[in-house]
Formats: sequence, C-alpha cells, structure tokens
Amino acid sequence: MASRVIKVEALARVEGEGSLHIRVRDGKVQSLQFGIFEPPRFFEAFLKGRDHSEAPDITARICGICPIAYQMGASQAMEDALGVVVPRPIRQLRRLLYCGEWIESHALHVYMLHAPDFLGMADALELARKDRATVEKALRLKKLGNDILETFGGRAIHPVNLRIGGFHSTPPKARVKALAAELRWAIEQSLATIKLVGGFEFPDIERDYTFVALRHPDEYAIHEGRLISNRGMDIPVSGFLDHFDEEHVAHSNALHGFALPDHAAYSVGPLARYNLNHDQLAPLAKQAAAEAGLGATVGNPFKSIVVRSVEILQVCIDALAIVEDYDEPDRPFVAYEPRAGIGHGCTEAPRGICYHRYELAEDGAIVSARIVPPTAQNQKTIEEDLHEVVTRNLALDDEALKWRCEQAIRNYDPCISCATHFLKLTVDRD
Amino acid sequence: MLLIGIGNAFRGDDAAGLTVARAVAARHLPGVEVIEHHGEGAELIELWRDRDRVVVVDAVSSGAAPGTLHHLDAAQPLPAHLLCFSSHAFGLAQAIEMARALDRLPASLTIIGIEGKSWTHGAPLDPAVAAAVEEAVGMLLAVPAAPA
Repeated sequence: MASRVIKVEALARVEGEGSLHIRVRDGKVQSLQFGIFEPPRFFEAFLKGRDHSEAPDITARICGICPIAYQMGASQAMEDALGVVVPRPIRQLRRLLYCGEWIESHALHVYMLHAPDFLGMADALELARKDRATVEKALRLKKLGNDILETFGGRAIHPVNLRIGGFHSTPPKARVKALAAELRWAIEQSLATIKLVGGFEFPDIERDYTFVALRHPDEYAIHEGRLISNRGMDIPVSGFLDHFDEEHVAHSNALHGFALPDHAAYSVGPLARYNLNHDQLAPLAKQAAAEAGLGATVGNPFKSIVVRSVEILQVCIDALAIVEDYDEPDRPFVAYEPRAGIGHGCTEAPRGICYHRYELAEDGAIVSARIVPPTAQNQKTIEEDLHEVVTRNLALDDEALKWRCEQAIRNYDPCISCATHFLKLTVDRD
Repeated sequence: MLLIGIGNAFRGDDAAGLTVARAVAARHLPGVEVIEHHGEGAELIELWRDRDRVVVVDAVSSGAAPGTLHHLDAAQPLPAHLLCFSSHAFGLAQAIEMARALDRLPASLTIIGIEGKSWTHGAPLDPAVAAAVEEAVGMLLAVPAAPA
C-alpha cells in the first residue's frame, strides 16, 4: 500500500457539519484537512446598525449550548465602551450564571458524548442500557445547570434576563438558596465523575501546546481577567487582535484562528485553563485531579475529559459559595447614558475564550462588531492533533481509525461534536 | 395533554412542528399545554417525565413525499433513521430511546412527523408541508382534552 486516502464526508442536514480528508502516502500523512460546512451565519453583519442594547439578545442566538458566553462577552464589551462598572454583587451573579452554563455543557459532553468513546460504546443510549445509574446522574447534573440558567436567565436556552449593566431583574433570595442542596449533591457527584473518567484508558500522546486562557488574580477565571499564555504572553483583553487573527481557508466555512505573527496554532478551553490556572483550583478540585492522575500540567489532549470533570467540580464549589452568600442586590443593573466608543469583552466559554469587540456611534448604535468564538481558535490545533493521531495509528483499520479521529475531535467539544459519529469514512488504497 | 412542537423557525420546513404548536396554542384549549422546543434530548426527557399524555410534533426527513404525515407510538421502538436530523445527535429519537431505557417515558407518547422538503435558512414552509401542518392542527384540535 503506497497511497491511502481517508475521506470523511458530511452527513446531510446535520447542523454543524464537519468533514475530515486525509491523504496518506508511503506510511506518512501527506495532507490533512478538517472542514466545517456549517454555512457562514453573518452575525457580525446583523449587528451593524442595531442598538448596542440589543447585542446580548442577538448574540445569544449564536449557540444554544453556550449562549451566556455570547451574551456576557457582548455585555462586557458594551460596558467597556460606555464606561460602565458593574458592582460586585452583579458580577458575582454573572459568575454564578456562567457556572450553570459550564455545568450543563460539560456534563452533556463528558457523559453523553465523550465517555462512550472511552468505554467502547456506540453512544449514550448504550451507556444508559448498561449503566443506568451513571446516565441518571448525568441528566440530574445537566438539569442543575439548566436550573441555574433558568433562575437567573429566565429560561435555559437563549436566556432573556441579561442586559448591559447587569440583569433586568434578580431572583428572590429563597429561590436562589433553593439551589444549594442540589449543588452539594453535585459536588459529591463530581468527585465520583472524576474518579470514573480518571480510570479510563488514554491514548498515549503528549503535545507541546501554546495554551491561551483568561487569568484572574483571585479566582479560576471564567468571566474576567487578563489573557495569558504559557509562552509568556500577558495582555489585557483589549490587546486580543494585536496577538491573534483569523483567516478563511478553502476547505472550511469556519474561520481558522492563529497567533500572530507566524500563523501558529494555539489551544483554548479546559486544557489551556487547567495548565495556566491550576494553582487557582479549589483545594478539593486540586486534590481530586491529583488522585485521578493529573499533574499540574497536562499535554495529553485525551485527558481533557478528566480536566472537564475537574472543572465541573470547581464551578459547583464556586456556585455554592455564591449561592450561600446571596442577597438580592438593591438594583439589578447599573444605569448609563449611551456614547461613542470602542469596547472589548472576553470570557471563558466552556470550549475556551470567546472574544468580542464593538464600535459604537454617539447614539449607541453598533458601527462594527467582531466576535471570535473558541471553536474557530482551536481549528488549527485540532488539525495538528489529528495529524499526530493518524500518524501514530496508521496500523488501525479504517473503522478503528475513524473512531479514534472522532474521539480526538471531541477532545475539543467543538460544536460539531454534537453530531456523534459524524464521520463517514472512505479509504482508497493503491 | 402536553403538546411539544420541535423545530427551527428559521430553517424552512424545519419550522413545521413549531407552526403546529403555535396554531394549537392560539386556541387556548382547556387541558392542553403547549411548549415550543428546539429538540435537545435531555430536556425533552425532563419535559415529558411523569406526564400522562404527550404529543410531539417534529419535521422529518425519511424520503417520503413532502407533506406526508407520520404517526408513531413511542410504545414501540422507533425507526431511528426517521427522526435524527436535530442539530444535536442527541435529539428526539435518542431521547425517546433513552427515556425508555431509564423508565422515563410518559404513559402515552405520540409522535406526529411532518415530512419536509427544504431546510434552507429563511425559507417559508413548502406548500405541501403547510397543508400537512393544517391537517395536523385539525387532528389535534379534534382530540378531546385530557389532563396532562
């Protein structure tokens, strides 16, 4: 066999369509292209001319799994442009809301989408039939995330209660305190999750990534901080576009992010956060990670499932602390007057940093918008991982290789990973 | 009765289920609760858990003529290929099978599938699909109300 072409075609009418095309010659990967056929959605163009106050509700529609990442990034960018400073009680509630989104998103991915790959099962349904208790716990965990979003966002999908300066309204104390009991259960359950996934078998691969994440002086950063990397970068959020850019590549509709000046790949998301902010994990989370075999740095992308589980524990601990501390704020939002300006916002979506920049006119209308979502930023890194994974696994037959590639793509929980078994593999051999 | 209409209002015939739900909701029938939903499976399981009678309306793509109405009773295992074009693979068909495995199916769960033709962003319903939507609404309005 001199030449082997592995072509993965998209399934029709699956939103977030993805494809993988690999050409192998003489035992070496000659080219590898990971494409996303999701049609371009032009959100940045929709926003032009709209009032700045509409941005949180419009951008929430970008994603049904992580709307908070878009709503909060947009709100913070507007506040930056308008000189609005949000008081601590409101920023704490924002963090709590974001914890809900992480719980919901991570629980779905760890149990329903990624764990079956490691257990040699076709999907979460097979898992439910073989281990009903585990899936019931996963659904309960996910529901807790939804409940937090509903409590503060008004509804779980595309929440409607966020606005520039805070919230339209804040929930009464009793409703928030009612979340505490379930959060205590979730902390116990998260410990069990870490133990479970820590016992999985991980393909042997270590990579030297450029990690980029937010870092906050006092907490495991989610919705505030400076952007740092493991290569010495330490910049304010407003410097993002001086260090990173995106480009269109012929084989994909998703823009590919890269680090300036040399078009290098970089990695955002759980692995980046863990490596850069390990010292800020809660003692219980740090201990659970160590017991699951994780050091202070992790270079095996397949261990992202363990890191995600550690992050579920971390945000359950954070959320409980905020819930226990909650008093309804005097005012749900900060009032302000519109003015011209430029603002930047960046938060840690479950999949990694999500950057926003807006320019506003005198009357508060949006002149220009720029949004850089995490999956675009990880595209190059996913391709590089796949290159390594395929090179190391050429001995596998096509079905097994396809499985391994899907598992590797799901390490990044990219939006297309929602489509389990989205890879349709054909191989040409000479 | 709980009626769940699933779909994306901005993707052509994918709006069929939502359109049915809106038409039924507009009648404010006693004993009929209507929910519009995007079809994420884990939430569907929560929505119909412990209910007596649930009807789900969704667009389907099975290769039948556009506007064909499919009636399925979830008491029987579903043909998985029929309903799995949700934006997330954990969609309606998987939710039904997952709920079956976890004993979380409602006492009665009926699926009305409306065969779609086009899923283009921003397109209106195909005329054949619009006619099927009306037929489905008529059927649902004719069903005597029962406690959800």
